[in-house]
Amino acid sequence: MSVAVKQTPLEARLAALDLPKGGFSAPARAAALDRLAAMGLPGVRDEYWRYTNPAELNAAGAPRAKTFEVKDEEPIFDAIDRIRLVFVDGVFDADASDDLAAEGLEISRLADADGTDIHWASALYGALETAGQTPVARPLAALNTAAATDGVLIRVTAKVSKPVHLIYAHKSEDSDPILHHCIKLEENSELTLLENGPAGARFNKVLEVDVAAGARFHHIRAQGRDHERRAVTHIFARVGAEALFKSFTMTANGVLTRNECVIDMVGDDAVAHVAGAALGDGAVAEFHHDDTVFITHGAERGESRQVFKKVLKHGATGVFQGKILVKPGAQKTDGYQISQSLLLDDDCQFLGKPELEIYADDVKCSHGSTTGALDETALFYLRSRGVPHDQAVSLLVLSFLADTIAEIEDETLRDEISARLEAWLSRHRD
Amino acid sequence: MALEQELDVREGVDRETVETVANMGSYKYGWETEIEMDYAPKGISEDIVRLISSKNDEPEWMLEWRLAAYRRWVTMVEPKWAMLNVPAIDYQDLYYYARPKSMETKPKSLDEVDPKLLATYEKLGIPLKEQMLLAGVEGAETYVEGERQVAVDAVFDSVSVGTTFKEKLAEAGVIFCSISEAIKEHPELVKKYLGSVVPQTDNFFATLNSAVFSDGSFVYIPPGTKCPMELSTYFRINAENTGQFERTLIVADKGAYVSYLEGCTAPKRDIAQLHAAVVEIVILEDAEVKYSTVQNWFPGDEDGKGGIYNFVTKRADCRGDRAKVMWTQVETGSAITWKYPSCILRGDDTQGEFYSIAIANNWQQADTGTKMIHLGKNSKSRIVSKGISAGQAQNTYRGLVTMHPRAKNSRNYTQCDSLLIGDKCGAHTVPYIEVKNNSSRVEHEATTSKVDDDQLFYCRARGMDEEEAVALVVNGFCREVLQALPMEFAMEAQSLVAISLEGSVG
Repeated sequence: MSVAVKQTPLEARLAALDLPKGGFSAPARAAALDRLAAMGLPGVRDEYWRYTNPAELNAAGAPRAKTFEVKDEEPIFDAIDRIRLVFVDGVFDADASDDLAAEGLEISRLADADGTDIHWASALYGALETAGQTPVARPLAALNTAAATDGVLIRVTAKVSKPVHLIYAHKSEDSDPILHHCIKLEENSELTLLENGPAGARFNKVLEVDVAAGARFHHIRAQGRDHERRAVTHIFARVGAEALFKSFTMTANGVLTRNECVIDMVGDDAVAHVAGAALGDGAVAEFHHDDTVFITHGAERGESRQVFKKVLKHGATGVFQGKILVKPGAQKTDGYQISQSLLLDDDCQFLGKPELEIYADDVKCSHGSTTGALDETALFYLRSRGVPHDQAVSLLVLSFLADTIAEIEDETLRDEISARLEAWLSRHRD
Repeated sequence: MALEQELDVREGVDRETVETVANMGSYKYGWETEIEMDYAPKGISEDIVRLISSKNDEPEWMLEWRLAAYRRWVTMVEPKWAMLNVPAIDYQDLYYYARPKSMETKPKSLDEVDPKLLATYEKLGIPLKEQMLLAGVEGAETYVEGERQVAVDAVFDSVSVGTTFKEKLAEAGVIFCSISEAIKEHPELVKKYLGSVVPQTDNFFATLNSAVFSDGSFVYIPPGTKCPMELSTYFRINAENTGQFERTLIVADKGAYVSYLEGCTAPKRDIAQLHAAVVEIVILEDAEVKYSTVQNWFPGDEDGKGGIYNFVTKRADCRGDRAKVMWTQVETGSAITWKYPSCILRGDDTQGEFYSIAIANNWQQADTGTKMIHLGKNSKSRIVSKGISAGQAQNTYRGLVTMHPRAKNSRNYTQCDSLLIGDKCGAHTVPYIEVKNNSSRVEHEATTSKVDDDQLFYCRARGMDEEEAVALVVNGFCREVLQALPMEFAMEAQSLVAISLEGSVG
């Protein structure tokens, strides 16, 4: 007689996965599995999940999501000379991708690299994720390290002229990709990374970035627009002395998105900026967008910026949980955080927790958060000057988002993002 | 000065400021009154709850209420979410009831009160008897109209020692007495409102309080009445190993107004003591309550030994339309503070305000803030919090602002600033913001800094010496909150802040 044993949600989740054994990454994967077993999957009772229900991210199977065809619109970043790396439902598509060889770059595919036991990425794969598990547990990132089936490993040794572009295509309605990328920027090197696409019905992605002294990393991401997808993404970054880390994310719709960014500023005079513009229209499908940021200042004279803006309509929900932690001795830190939400109608909501935790006295840290409706006076002003209502709203929304776009250094990329935001607004007029 | 050697003192923070902060340990209320006490046996059990209830001659319903709380409490666990390092508390190693022997039969008037007790309050600067005589409680005619008077309810360990100006207040219809008295004299009011703002099941410490509270103050202001004087409770912990669990219930009926002050001190001891109070305020239509606290419990010595664990639940319910509440607190004492005076803005056009200065020095830990729960339309709230950390102290602001879907056109403005003195302390901000409609506006700002160099430079350029300049800047840092305090307290608070931060300056 058999005894029915009830599976825990974690057991169910793991049972549904085909866990890769891994080559060079095998020890990191095994350790991640142990971490995950100790943490368990996240739940609404966890402090950092109080505003976002992780149930659909935890579920054994991905909820189905229709694929999304963009008509008569040029794909984003298409006009830019770049190195394209294409993943279809989480599987690297070599035919659709450009040649991996480029000056100053060493690119390999995780699935290939894992065929060997020795790889430079073995010191990085899962290492920053592990460090990012304290003081706040991030079980879905540990799950990723253990279960990632593919990804790219990029080593940057010089200033790279062309951006690397990761494109995530979605073809199957129930695809559930788990990708893990590692990027190592050697001293004084520079790389721009572009990302876009929904990737699958449900997407779990980890990006580990090690920015060595004097190196510069730019990251611009457009998260699969108007799509029914669910996504949980983590960026774990380590920023060395005089190094620069800049990340911008544009999110347009999506049923559920949780973007976590964990940055450890380990070198003096490091700079880290994280920005996000999220547009949500609950009329398309449900919209729940969560930005969770944790920046640790562990060295002197660091500068960090968190700039997050959300435009919400038709019952959309925006979440921001940002934290600046200044460790003892991290003097002359300059930390700034702003989170603003525009609620375009009455059933939207914004939930936020902007935190400061400071253990050094000679610092300048501040955060601000505002939530409210569109400024009626400004709207009236524009209307009285003959600007039609819809156009006036778009204008005000774009100016509201301007601070986030300003975080993109490259002008061409900035214009590209602006154009996409404007296009979204014109598609989503009431 | 030991601190001076350990600390890498920043330029701009003058030595004297640092020293004075270090000397904050010279707690001037640290003495003890030698008085014969009557204790309940140590520990907590249903029997102890019954004993406390019988000591207060309580009716059956009150005992049942307490027992329900106790039965709930045994199933609960201590909250762990605050940024506090709380040593394990042995709840069975505390006295839950301590009363001066002389209070066995309640004195009818202050004349019958043990002179030792009266002397205690006099030494604390609260001359109960004198005040009463001056105002002529026996012959109320000597009460001078317009002159500022404060009625005091003095609580000593577990019992209320006496309440001044009772007769004068009764003339205006105001009920001001100890809660034990109110349970007997005004059961209908107590029954109606007790636990209606902070239910027995609210949280670990409030539930514990519900089971074992021994005394506290009760205030009822009848409709349309402006309380003729400020009311005040003064809490004194005297006995060793004793937890103080007082319960305050304030009811402001329609259109009433009252300003209420609370002060507290305790002797210096090596062993930490527990204080778990509950304050409930009910505010009906058009009524207004101002509640001010200067919390100066013994903070522990320079090495972090002893001090009071101050785990307090305070909440005001603006039940009627246009009701207003204002919390003002100056938190300078206690080894550990866990306190979040909150406002439920239930009625339309209600208003809640929270002004706070929290100073933590040596090994003190403070996790304090407020909750503004907007349920009614056009409700407004304002939060101004100033945290100052020195020594090895940790100071956290924790707050919640929530706009419910129904709370259209509501407003909140929050400002929390932290000042750090020395490189071994910490200042933290943990605000929660929940906005569920779009006609409301929520603004939150927080800063953390040391004494600003530009401001110092400006003052110096105008001919001030370093010391004066720092004094001016720090003083300015707290001013918004100090100004929100009523006269009596503003003086006390100002001098407390001065002691802690300004030193001999100014």
